[in-house]
Amino acid sequence: MNYLDLLKLASPEAIIAVTALAVLGIGLASTRASGVCSFAATVGLALAIGAVMMLPRQATLFHGMLVITPLTSLFKIICLALAFFTVILARSDRASRNPGEYLAILLLATIGLLLLVGTEELLMIFIGLELTSLSLYVMTAFDKTDVRSAEAGLKYFLFGSTASAFTLFGLSFIYGMSGTTGLAAIGQKLATQPMQPLLFVGIVMTLVGLAFKIAAAPFHLWAPDAYQGAPVPSAAFIASGSKVASFVVLGKIVLVGFAPVHGSAAWHAMIAGWSPVLAALAALSIVIGNLVALVQTNVRRLLAYSAVAHAGYTLLGLVAGGRDGFSATLFYTTVYAFTLVGAFGVVALVRRETGGDDLTNFSALWSRSPLIAGCMAIFLLSLAGLPPLAGFFGKFYLFSVALRSGANHGLLWLVVLALLGSFISLYYYLIVLKMIFVDEKPQAEISPAGGSLGEGGDFLQRITLTVLAGAVVFFGIMPTTLVAQIIASLP
Amino acid sequence: MIAWTIYITFAGAVLLLFMPRIFARWIALATTAAGLVTSLIAFFQISIVDLATFKTIVRVPWVPMLGMNYHLAVDGISLTMAFVTGLVAVASVLFSWDVEHRPSEFFFWLLLVVGGSYGVFLSADLFLLFLFYELVIVPKYFLIAIWGSTNKEYGAMKLTLYSFFGGALVFIGIIAAYVTAGSLDLQQLAQFQFTPQLQSWAFPVLFIGFAVLAGIWPLHTWAPTGHVAAPTAGSMLLAGIVMKLGSYAGLRVAMNLFPQGFQAWRVWIAVLAVIGIVYAAGVALRQRDLKFVIGYSSVSHMGFVLLGFATANVLGVSGAVLQMFSHGVIGALLFAVAGRMVYRRTHTRDLNTLSDMGLSRALPFAAFSFVIASAASMGIPGFSGFAAEITILIGAWKAYPLAVWITGTGMVLVAAFTLRALKKSFFGESASEVRTQEGRVLVDADWKEQQNITVRITMAEKCGACLLMFATLGVGLYPKLLLDRVMPAVGAMRFLK
Repeated sequence: MNYLDLLKLASPEAIIAVTALAVLGIGLASTRASGVCSFAATVGLALAIGAVMMLPRQATLFHGMLVITPLTSLFKIICLALAFFTVILARSDRASRNPGEYLAILLLATIGLLLLVGTEELLMIFIGLELTSLSLYVMTAFDKTDVRSAEAGLKYFLFGSTASAFTLFGLSFIYGMSGTTGLAAIGQKLATQPMQPLLFVGIVMTLVGLAFKIAAAPFHLWAPDAYQGAPVPSAAFIASGSKVASFVVLGKIVLVGFAPVHGSAAWHAMIAGWSPVLAALAALSIVIGNLVALVQTNVRRLLAYSAVAHAGYTLLGLVAGGRDGFSATLFYTTVYAFTLVGAFGVVALVRRETGGDDLTNFSALWSRSPLIAGCMAIFLLSLAGLPPLAGFFGKFYLFSVALRSGANHGLLWLVVLALLGSFISLYYYLIVLKMIFVDEKPQAEISPAGGSLGEGGDFLQRITLTVLAGAVVFFGIMPTTLVAQIIASLP
Repeated sequence: MIAWTIYITFAGAVLLLFMPRIFARWIALATTAAGLVTSLIAFFQISIVDLATFKTIVRVPWVPMLGMNYHLAVDGISLTMAFVTGLVAVASVLFSWDVEHRPSEFFFWLLLVVGGSYGVFLSADLFLLFLFYELVIVPKYFLIAIWGSTNKEYGAMKLTLYSFFGGALVFIGIIAAYVTAGSLDLQQLAQFQFTPQLQSWAFPVLFIGFAVLAGIWPLHTWAPTGHVAAPTAGSMLLAGIVMKLGSYAGLRVAMNLFPQGFQAWRVWIAVLAVIGIVYAAGVALRQRDLKFVIGYSSVSHMGFVLLGFATANVLGVSGAVLQMFSHGVIGALLFAVAGRMVYRRTHTRDLNTLSDMGLSRALPFAAFSFVIASAASMGIPGFSGFAAEITILIGAWKAYPLAVWITGTGMVLVAAFTLRALKKSFFGESASEVRTQEGRVLVDADWKEQQNITVRITMAEKCGACLLMFATLGVGLYPKLLLDRVMPAVGAMRFLK
């Protein structure tokens, strides 16, 4: 294979890398060129999406280090789209004093996501994880004027690097057992080998690192601080892009690599393997996430705990396993990511207007901007799982897949727990909506510097939010469009 | 044809968001009236023979991978329910003619409730039915929390969480049926033989989930607080339509899909229903707030519906459907009088305060409507309440004679609390002559807003009240109109075979 072919197949990553450098250059040349920087970044991301569409259906690079399949292409597009929306969100964010650097790091994180999605090889997975994580640590701590941002960055970094160490240790065990780093090859090796305790140690350690990335309890402790302290676009990207890619890679690892050690999480017939581990993580996440979210008074913190709970729901599909389970997980996490980018977009606008993101800052938002209030209602109700929004279909899909798997409704306990969790979650989402719609007068002081939401303000961000809200409604009413894509892309 | 009720209503709701607020009530009225006319035309156009089975009217693949279809069907039961939805919807818009506060939003949420209800009554796909069923939850929250009165945020949250809790139970039942039978089509599921073991746990989960919305004792407590907190149109919709969603879905889904589970559990439904009838009537007797009296009377009347279901014979279940129609109309009328005609003018619902006002002379039309509604609610022959309850009791006599005896005493209580409310609210001893001229109500000197309110009953109120009174009287005098359509459809249900 010559270098030209290589460049063709890796063109999306290459385009993003070049864009990142270009944005960095523009940022260095002029500190005031925030508009140009984000324009260049969006153009680069759009080009990369185009490049992904031009890729062949199937290809393998470097003996499986990088692969191109319909699945990888679909999720590369989704990750790039999420990055695209995040860049628009980051426009004129007060926190980003150095827009060029910020956007360049965001684009580097995006490359990490593309690598994560586009590989079926343990080493590449680890490199992708690290590239994403390192960029995200910097993005979290980027607001140098805010001590919370620094605290969040440090916490995220300490937890994250420990989790990475666990993963790497686990991966080394897996490599030691199977003698290969390709996921498919590992699957074949494990199928012929007897079960060994060492293997389970390896599996659990690998899962610890990934559970950290998806913020599943009990590895979620960084999430509330990172979501609350980080600049809003960083939090949005951590909650969306990073999560989607992590679920894709987690799904690949457990369903392809560890396929022979699936085990069973059925209530009366637990069999050792990774699925009981994931089931335990899911159950813990649902319970802890929802219960702790009940008492939050800061919207970003609330979204963080709800993210923990959503990670729990999403794991249900993987626990169920199989093609159906994976597609349910992928559908849910995709829809969730777009919803959360939108929700953080609203938080960013409210924060700019009122100078904070506590519940009281949202009071009577409807009277200031009906459009943004309406969008937030759509995002939160979709998270709560109410029809006709995408979250409702996603939950139905996930829970029905989970109940179908295995004989005798073995996962009923997990489904009941998840339904109970989403019942609790409606309460805290409604509290936010109550603030937005029911209150007649704003409770918090509106800082005069911020400017009002009612003005033309940032037209582009409004359009983006409307588009995202429209997408959430559209995928709720016509889920076929996305589900068909996902199912068709799964082998 | 009847499917257009759904589309018209949702189109009207979306239109409201983009039109100036001065048109809001007119758009809402036009939309609900169009829905009523559509359901009326369908009611008389579809031949009675066709209504005996759950006949498909629209069927479009929706999510083929999961076997979901956009599938609507109609039979006598769903047509009757669509009809009462249309009636109550028009009346509730007429009774909220004076909503000045955020009117576009108000009618938007109102139309979502109406549209979702049409959807539930016409769905023949389990997922679609559940989608419409859950769609109604959030609009109710906003209707109550923004435009309500008395403890509105508490009432709204309680009602929403109860509904959503019921929804979660329903969710479990639905996916259990779905993954076992591999289909979401109600017509196919009605043919599928579920194992007795599955039925024995799935039926109660599903039925209780639905029955939360129907106000089954002891999960009824959302109903009185919710009704009281809601604005007039909100309580009309709640009592008139939303509670019927639960009972209708319980009949259409839980009972029809899991007949053996139903047979095993129906005695418990009868027990809960009878307790509900007597208990709620007893509680209503002790209330001081007029709306609480009516709220508990709703629970009591919905108890009759559940008792009718538990009889498991054609007569009893048909009576239950008739009662759903009847209580939809009567409950809406009672709340309209209490919430709009009385409370809006006097700013009090306290029975003792009201009894000093002599409202029968101040508001003769309100008094007249309330007498009619009370008579219908007590089950005086000639009104729909009588026709429905007597049918249920005859049906119940065959199944549970003891239940009829207990319910009989319950009906005395119903008459007692209704008469008490009637006497105290309209025919109390008035303190002075000055207060009791027609068109003058003087209370609460501190209440500034009163000066701006027309005390005379407005045209819109008269139209709305007349619509509902004619409906209860018409069905009361000629119940055959509904029974002809309902009984064959009930007879076709699986649990009766």
